[in-house]
Amino acid sequence: MKIQLTINSKNKTFDIQPDEKLLETLRNNNYKSVKFGCGEGTCGTCTVLINGKPRLSCITFTAQMTGKEITTLEGIGTIENLHKLQKSFLAEGAVQCGYCTPGMILSAKALLDKNKSPTEEEIKKALDGNKCRCTGYGSIIKAIQKLQDH
Amino acid sequence: MKIVSKSKIKVDGPGLVTGKQKFVDDFDMPGMLVGKILASPHAHAIIKKIDISKAEKLPGVHAVLYHKNVPRVAHTTAGQGFPEPSPYDTFMFDKKVRYVGDRVAAVAAESEEIAKKALSLIEVEYKILPAILSAKDSLKKNAPVIHDEPEAIMPIPVPYDPKRNIAASTDVQVGDIDKGFAKAALIVEREFKAHYATHCPMEPHITLTYPDENGRLVIITSTQVPFHVRRIVAQTLKLPIKKIRVIKPRIGGGFGGKQEILLEDVCSALTLKSSRPVKIRYTREEEFAKSRTRHEQYVNLKIGATKNGKLTSIYMDVLSNTGAYGSHALTVACNCGSKTLPLYPCDNVRFRATTVYTNLPVGGAYRGYGATQAAFALECLMDEIAYKLKIDPVELRRKNHIKSGGSSPIFEKLGEGKAGVKQTIGSCGLAECITKGARAIGWKKKQLEGRCPQCPNSKINTLKRGFGMCTLMQGSSIPEIDMAAATIKMNEDGSFNLLVGATDLGTGSDTILAQIAAEVLGCDESDMIVLSSDTDITPFDVGAYASSTTYLSGAAVKKTAEKIRDQIIKVAAEVCGGNPKKAIVENKTVKFPDGKNVSFYDIAIHTLYLKDQFQIAATESNISHKSPPPFAAHYVEVEVDTETGEVKLLKYVAAVDCGTEINPKLARGQTEGAVVNGIGYALMEEYIFNEKGKLLTDNFFTYKIPSTRDLPEMKIIHVKSYEDSGPFGAKSVSEISINGALPAISNAIFNATGARLTEGPFTAERVLKAIRRLE
Repeated sequence: MKIQLTINSKNKTFDIQPDEKLLETLRNNNYKSVKFGCGEGTCGTCTVLINGKPRLSCITFTAQMTGKEITTLEGIGTIENLHKLQKSFLAEGAVQCGYCTPGMILSAKALLDKNKSPTEEEIKKALDGNKCRCTGYGSIIKAIQKLQDH
Repeated sequence: MKIVSKSKIKVDGPGLVTGKQKFVDDFDMPGMLVGKILASPHAHAIIKKIDISKAEKLPGVHAVLYHKNVPRVAHTTAGQGFPEPSPYDTFMFDKKVRYVGDRVAAVAAESEEIAKKALSLIEVEYKILPAILSAKDSLKKNAPVIHDEPEAIMPIPVPYDPKRNIAASTDVQVGDIDKGFAKAALIVEREFKAHYATHCPMEPHITLTYPDENGRLVIITSTQVPFHVRRIVAQTLKLPIKKIRVIKPRIGGGFGGKQEILLEDVCSALTLKSSRPVKIRYTREEEFAKSRTRHEQYVNLKIGATKNGKLTSIYMDVLSNTGAYGSHALTVACNCGSKTLPLYPCDNVRFRATTVYTNLPVGGAYRGYGATQAAFALECLMDEIAYKLKIDPVELRRKNHIKSGGSSPIFEKLGEGKAGVKQTIGSCGLAECITKGARAIGWKKKQLEGRCPQCPNSKINTLKRGFGMCTLMQGSSIPEIDMAAATIKMNEDGSFNLLVGATDLGTGSDTILAQIAAEVLGCDESDMIVLSSDTDITPFDVGAYASSTTYLSGAAVKKTAEKIRDQIIKVAAEVCGGNPKKAIVENKTVKFPDGKNVSFYDIAIHTLYLKDQFQIAATESNISHKSPPPFAAHYVEVEVDTETGEVKLLKYVAAVDCGTEINPKLARGQTEGAVVNGIGYALMEEYIFNEKGKLLTDNFFTYKIPSTRDLPEMKIIHVKSYEDSGPFGAKSVSEISINGALPAISNAIFNATGARLTEGPFTAERVLKAIRRLE
C-alpha cells in the first residue's frame, strides 16, 4: 500500500506492507539513525518523535502514521550544524558506543521542548524508557541539565 | 601535556550524535539475503534425522546448512590468542545439541519472512538425552557426558577431561595453607554463588558477509576481535586466511560478549553456499539465550587471620559453569585468582578451580572476567573478618592491601593457560582511593558496633540503613601474550593516518589513541585520521579485551609516533640545517633552538615532491611484560526494608586509580558505566531457567537492566597516579569497576540487617529469606 508521511518536515510517499513497522520503513528509506535494539518495545533504542512525543518505532505500525509529523535524528542537526543537545552530549562524554544516542537525544528533545528547566527527577523520568549499557547515564543527565534555562 | 589528559571530544563523535556513523546494520548490499539460525528446543539431544529438502525448495531460499553439508572442524568460539587457551569442542553444526538454543541448521533467504518459514520447514527428529542443569551435578558419577565426541581437544598443554565434564582445571599453591590456618586466630569460610548474567549491548550481535570482486570473502561484523575472527573463520571453513577480510565498523557495545565468533562462521558459510551477501542479526531473545554469559560460579573461600587482622592463609576453590561449550573456560577461572588474590599479599595461598560443562547457556568473556565473581567472595569474607575481629573494614583493607613496590607470588604462579609473569607493583593509588571514598560516603567507625540505628528520617522501624565497602584490582592486558601494533603515515597537508588493529567498540579508544599520537607529534588530535580494525589495512592487534587497549595499544601508538617524530625532525634538520638533537615538535612545526622552524606542511611537501622523496611512515609493535593493576575502593549506602526485603541503593562512591587518564571524561564514563552495570548485576539481572533448561528471562521485561530511575546518588573519584610502564602513565580503567557492587552492597545489607547475602541478585525475596534465617 502507498502512504504519505511527514518526516522531518518533508512530505514523502512510501510503498509499504500493511503490517510494516515504522522502524523498518524508516531504515529501508535511509533514515539509518533509527536503530534496532529489541524489536519488542523494551529498550528505547528505536525512539523517534511522533507529533513531538517520543514513541517506539519498532512497535508502531507505519500505516497509522498518515498525517503525523515524524522526527528522526536526521531532522534535528547535521555534522556542520549540530543541535544544542548533540553538542552537549559530545561535550559531556554522554556518547560511548552511540547506538542508543539517537533515541536518547530525541527523548531529551521532547522533554526540553515542553519543559525548559526539568529537574533531575524529571530528566530521569523522561529517559526511563531509553536503555544505555555503556555510560551509566550520569553524563547523559548532565548533558541535558547543562541546557536548562534558568 | 597539551592533548593527553584533556577531555577531547570523540573523534567519531559528531558522526555518532547525528546518526551518520555506520554500524553493521547500516550496510546494505544489492541482492543481500537474510540469514536465520534454527535453535535446539532441547537441552541435550542427538539429532536422529534431519530433512532440509522442503526448506531448500521454498522459493526465495538460497542456502540451507546443517551438520552434513559443512566442514566438521573442532574449534573454539573464544576470540583469544593462538593457540587459544579454550577447548576445541565446538562445530559449526553438530549432530548433537547441548543446550536450548544450540545451533541445528541455518538458512539464507530473500526476506526475513521466507527465512523464518524455511526454518519451520526443516524437519528434525531428536533423541532426547538426560541433561545436566546444575554445575554441581556435572561431576557426579554417572552424569551424562556432554562432550563425548572424539575430536574435542584442548589446544594447549593443560588438563582437559571432557569424559568427566571437566572443561578446565587448575591448582596452584604458595607456601603452606595448613600451616597458615594453624597460625590463625580466626578462620572464616563460606560458599558464594556468582550468578549467570549477560552483556546486553544495545546493538545485538550482527554480521554481514559478501564475496568481493576478486572472489575473496568480506566480513563486516560487530566484533571486539577482528583478527581472531579472520583466523577462526579461516579455520572453520578451511579457507586460507588471505581469502578473508574482516572489517569492524562502529560497534554498539561489547563488554566481552563480542570477543566471540558467534555469527561470522555460519554467515560466511551461507555466503559461500549462495554466492550472495548475507546478513544475520540476533534478535534480542537470541542475544539472551544464544550469545554468551558471565560464567556462573560457586566460590568457596576460607581465610585465616591473626587477631590483629593480618591474613595468614587463603584457600579459594572455584567451581565454574561454562555451559555447553568451554569458551574462556580456563582463563575466566584463572582470573578469579589472579585478579583478586594479589590484592592482599599472604604467605600461604592455594587457588583451585574446576570448570565444568552443563547443558545451559555458554559462558564467555564478560567485563570483570572472573574477578567479578571472586571479588564477591573475597570482599565479603574480608568484611566478615573485620566484623568478627572488631576492626574497621576500611582499616582491615589498609592493613593488608598491596602497595607500590610490593609483589605477589600469584602473579608468577597463575597465568592464562601457562605460568604467569613475575610482577612488582609500580603505581598504586589504592590508599588514596580508600581515604577519599570513605570521606565521600561519610564512613564512620561506629558502623562496626552492631547494626546501624534505624533510618533516622523514617518513622517506619522496619527500614534499616547500612554501609558497605570493598577494594578491587584488575589488570592491564595479558602480559607476554597480547600484542598490539600501529602504523602512522604522513599526508601532504601535514596530517596523519593512524592505522590501528585496536578495536573501538564504543569505549572511545580511537580517540585516546589519536590523543596519544598527537601529544607525541605536537599536533591536534583532529590531525590524526584514525582507521581501526580492518584486517586488510591495519596492522595486527589481538583486539579489545583484558583491559588492554589504552595500556598496550596506546603504547604501540606512542612508539610509532616517536618514530615518526624522529623522521620528521631529521627531514626538518636537512631542510633548514638545524641540529636534530635539540629540535622539538610543537603546533605542527619542528622548532630548533636557534629559532629556525619548519612546518609539517613543508616537511610533507619536501618528502613527497621535492628531494630524495620518501613516505614518512612507521609501524611499531608492543607487548607487555607486566599487567599493572588499576585499583579501586567502592563504598555504598543502602536502605533495607526488613519487612519486605527490598533493598534501596542510596549512594555509590567509586574511587579508582587508573594511572593517567588519557581522556578524563571518557575514563570517567568507563567507571560510571561499569558501576551501573555492576549495580544491575547485584540487584536486578538474573537468568531463570525452567526444568528443561530453557531460559525464561530472555527479554528486557524479565531480565531487567538498570535505567535512569534505578540510579543511586553517584560519586566517581579518579585519584592521580603515574604508571611508568604505561603510555603517559596510563593503565586500564574499563573492567575494574563492575566488580564492586556485588560485594559492597552485600556488605551494606549485612551492616543494615545482620544478614549475609552470598548469592545474587539481591532481590527482595532473597534478602527477606536471609533476614528470616537470622530469626
